[in-house]
Amino acid sequence: MKNVRLNALLAMGLIIVMILSLAAGKVWVSPAAWLGDDLSALIIMELRLPRTVLGAAIGAALGMAGATMQGYLRNPLADPGVFGVSASAALGAVTSLYFGYAVTAWLLPAFALAGAGIGMGLLALLAGRSGSLILFTLAGVILSSLAGSLTSLMISLAPTPFATTEIVTWLMGALTDRSWDDVQLAVPIIAAGMVFLFATGRSLDALTLGEDAARSMGVNISRLQWFAVLGVGLTVGASVAAAGIIGFVGLIVPHLVRPFAGHQPSAVLLPSALAGALLVVGADSIVRILPSVSELRLGIAMSLLGAPFFMALLFKMHRELS
Amino acid sequence: MLLSFENLSLTLRGRKILDTISGQFQPGRVTVILGANGAGKSSLLSCLSGLREPKSGSVTLDDRALLSLNGKKRGRMIGLLPQRPDIHWNVDVRTIVGLGRLPHSGRWGMSAADHDAVARAMEATDCADLAERKAMRLSGGEQGRVLLARVLAGEPQWLLADEPLASLDPAHQFDVLERLKNYAAAGKGVIVVLHDLTQAARFADDIMVMKEGAILAAGPRNEVMTADIMAQAYGVEVQIGTSDTGEPLVVPVRRL
Repeated sequence: MKNVRLNALLAMGLIIVMILSLAAGKVWVSPAAWLGDDLSALIIMELRLPRTVLGAAIGAALGMAGATMQGYLRNPLADPGVFGVSASAALGAVTSLYFGYAVTAWLLPAFALAGAGIGMGLLALLAGRSGSLILFTLAGVILSSLAGSLTSLMISLAPTPFATTEIVTWLMGALTDRSWDDVQLAVPIIAAGMVFLFATGRSLDALTLGEDAARSMGVNISRLQWFAVLGVGLTVGASVAAAGIIGFVGLIVPHLVRPFAGHQPSAVLLPSALAGALLVVGADSIVRILPSVSELRLGIAMSLLGAPFFMALLFKMHRELS
Repeated sequence: MLLSFENLSLTLRGRKILDTISGQFQPGRVTVILGANGAGKSSLLSCLSGLREPKSGSVTLDDRALLSLNGKKRGRMIGLLPQRPDIHWNVDVRTIVGLGRLPHSGRWGMSAADHDAVARAMEATDCADLAERKAMRLSGGEQGRVLLARVLAGEPQWLLADEPLASLDPAHQFDVLERLKNYAAAGKGVIVVLHDLTQAARFADDIMVMKEGAILAAGPRNEVMTADIMAQAYGVEVQIGTSDTGEPLVVPVRRL
């Protein structure tokens, strides 16, 4: 296995950031008080620990999904958020909120998973096989604007002001007030999705040489496509169901990882999962301790961070092309 | 081991690309496929490498149908060097060449035998000194060598190359053809699509000429490389001669 040291370092960093994120918040709870049976132990066990665990799972899911999409599409700008997979998942979830289905705990995730799966499937169908950057980018743009406008339609037609508020706040993406129930629902699905994503590694490597070369070496492209669709659908669907849209993680993380892990697609997968978890847990801790009246939503914070990063990336590509 | 195809037909979007053609290739020899653009050369290669399923007819290795083999087994038998050099990620040369071992290696990385084969392939193509370089920073000639090394690393019984000389200068063209020739001399089969008639005349043992999805002529080089057949295949008049040192020269002189 490549990058053992890098992965070990990232895992250690992740553990440290998770411990810090448990201690940090409106009140600082030092580790000594974590295992008692007073109020501060309750804060840690019932409020902060599920939030941190969920954050790590979602970060890992989005980081790995981004790395897989970039490898599969041979496109360094691919990301479940930018290309509309997250928006499709959100549309699914909003549909369930709109109809009030969300009272049954598993319906919103089921709708989100279906949305993400359909979104990723459409992308793969529209442009995945051609490997054409332009075709795929366009397909992604159209998918995300279609899902976005249907979501807006849902909001404007929402039956009650309550449903409207529920949809809008949920869309903004956050880990606030998540409980062990959310963890129990999301983590197994994310884990299953990550197994599919991880299994794409060698085939993604082969795709480095183009689809014909990969197939001539025995890579089963339609199996790879299914694994990518299932893996991205499960991880992104479960993430969006648990925390709304948290964009740009899948875009940023593989780029941050590549200078250390190398560009080989399979070598980027695991470090991207670890670094994604690190990023989301870290960012969530920061929005929690920022001295603002109401907590800054994590999804908004990530977009504020991610959009400039995306632009810088485009500038860099522009320079390399000219 | 004999690679042959029988009554092969291929239709794409209602257009007949290959029209019930048959033929066979001998191991230990370089066979060059010639023909005008759109004659069906690349389509034949993709059928021969199992990438495309023909509408009817079959490709057989000895007596086994090619499509009855699973992908990995097929990959060990037939190596394909596609037309366009395609390298999408900036990985190092050793990793690129190592990908050629995919049909052999297990799920968990490469064995010692795999590493040996990669080293041999890089030796045979003079890539050893490029091993640590990043693939996207290489010149066109270097990329061509590296991608050839990738196919050689798989040690296929048959090596199929689709216009491997495109975008190479004359010196690098000789290098690539020389290496293909050596590979055939080691007992493997080599099938190459070329557009350069002089190079074809010089390096081919056998020549197969295609026209409009059919096979116009096939056989030993001297029987097929004639002004008459070239005129039929390309619609140009060619002059065939020899250089001062005895190498064949085939020069297109005018359109017919």
